[in-house]
Amino acid sequence: MKFSALRVVKEALTGHKGWKPLWRNPQPQPDYDIVIVGGGGHGLATAYYLAKTFGKARIAVLEKGWIGSGNVGRNTTIVRSNYLLPGNQPFYEFSMKLWEGLEQELNFNAMVSQRGIINLFHTDAQRDAFRRRGNAMHLSGADAVLLDRDALRQKVPFLNYDNARFPIKGGLWQPRAGTARHDGVAWGYARGADMLGVDIIQNCEVTGFRINAGRVRGVETTRGYIGAAKVGVAVAGSSSRVMAMAGQRLPIESHVLQAFVSEGLKPVIPGVITFGAGHFYISQSDKGGLVFGGDIDGYNSYAQRGNLPVVEDVAQGGMALMPMIGRARLLRSWGGLVDMSMDGSPIIDRTAIDGLYLNGGWCYGGFKATPASGFAFAHLLATDRPHETATAYRLDRFATGHVIDERGAGAQPNLH
Amino acid sequence: MLIPHPLLGLRDAEEFVYLGDASLMQRPDPDSPTALTDFCDYVFLRDNPAGVHRELWFHEQGDRSWLVVTRNTLTHEILGAELATDAARPTVTQEPSA
Ligand SMILES: Cc1cc2nc3c(=O)[nH]c(=O)nc-3n(C[C@H](O)[C@H](O)[C@H](O)COP(=O)(O)OP(=O)(O)OC[C@H]3O[C@@H](n4cnc5c(N)ncnc54)[C@H](O)[C@@H]3O)c2cc1C
Repeated sequence: MKFSALRVVKEALTGHKGWKPLWRNPQPQPDYDIVIVGGGGHGLATAYYLAKTFGKARIAVLEKGWIGSGNVGRNTTIVRSNYLLPGNQPFYEFSMKLWEGLEQELNFNAMVSQRGIINLFHTDAQRDAFRRRGNAMHLSGADAVLLDRDALRQKVPFLNYDNARFPIKGGLWQPRAGTARHDGVAWGYARGADMLGVDIIQNCEVTGFRINAGRVRGVETTRGYIGAAKVGVAVAGSSSRVMAMAGQRLPIESHVLQAFVSEGLKPVIPGVITFGAGHFYISQSDKGGLVFGGDIDGYNSYAQRGNLPVVEDVAQGGMALMPMIGRARLLRSWGGLVDMSMDGSPIIDRTAIDGLYLNGGWCYGGFKATPASGFAFAHLLATDRPHETATAYRLDRFATGHVIDERGAGAQPNLH
Repeated sequence: MLIPHPLLGLRDAEEFVYLGDASLMQRPDPDSPTALTDFCDYVFLRDNPAGVHRELWFHEQGDRSWLVVTRNTLTHEILGAELATDAARPTVTQEPSA
């Protein structure tokens, strides 16, 4: 079923009776060439690129709940490529380029909207750091513009520029960054993978691995044993739990990150604005809701919900930055389980077990990575070599000293 | 979350700073032949369990003591708290009483 404007008109005239489910609901086969554990954005994108770009067949995605029930359906939808370090920035810029062509690639409206992101700075030292970051972005082929206070005021006049603690001196702007419809991304990849023959199996939790002579043979699931020549694990916040079933300990802690949406308002916020110093960031959805969040709660959690102190902290950050939102009413808040790695950067690598591969450690920033992560993981699964933009995402980098520490804060997952 | 401080009673978790798994109190032996890998595991790897977790909380806005808090990471339920100095003390085996 192909989507087009013509099709929409036709369906409108015929009572919308012709739409079909976007993917099949197949029974699991006894075995596959490649099994992906986790039907989040990364798992679905991996399956899609395996089939589409690397010509692989006999692939299944096993998801314990339903497609989109994890972080891919819980994030604040920001996509950007404004990293600093050489291990990261080319990967995120590769992802940004994939976002730019995603809807045509998938024939699906993922509502990719390049409305720009502005990171605010408050001191001369921060300005210098952002200038350096902007230069690093340029080196990777990305776009970056350093805005001084006047230029910033033109774009976003409603900020509190004279906050006594954090007066706003300017911002680093990436015009090509923006937002995408998170569910749409999951559905688009699921549909694309399904059309290429991938079995998407929901309500199928992996409960163990069958490992024999150092090699993975398949997975135990709540729907029976499924054999697999290769298994790729992409379960985000559940990475430690799932890999523990294969006897692996990871450099990861699971934490909770909360997000918030206000009632729908007329357009007031043009792009994404981040106020790192105040632990607050915000954008406005196409429906009009203000979508915002802040820091992780800061303690190990698998609860998928946070606590009130962070709600208060985020609200205070918002009020400090833009008092105009003070009378907007909060509609919903929720939490997601984020896989905080020890250097704040992800892992896409083989493991100590042959045929078992890991994609995790995305912290609170893996949505923007979805296309590139899927592509790079598919590359690794198909060729046994890392993709050229993902060579630094090794599992052994912690032992060899090649950590990718964007924040320069050391091994402290609750700081990133 | 309210933490039952052994000296101060129930205190709001907001008064504390979190450090992580309480097993961090057991530093590897630097003289062991496997010290390099032991320290690497100590610094970077975590059990990260879903369920009961013993973890270090520092009472920064209070009496500045370190606590070992036992908490369920699936529900946030706090099951107990003791002073880290007590938790770290080697357990004395009791003389069997007559
Ligand atoms: C509140 C919040 C806001 C965020 N905002 C942003 C943002 O603005 N920009 C950004 O780039 N990133 C953001 N992120 C991070 C981003 O959402 C994640 O890094 C990313 O979605 C993780 O990859 P995923 O989509 O594959 O994860 P998920 O969607 O969580 O997929 C993992 C899947 O694995 C499944 N699973 C787990 N265990 C098993 C098992 N045993 N067997 C089978 N399946 C299993 C889960 O059910 C889940 O569906 C945010 C996260 C949160 C929580």
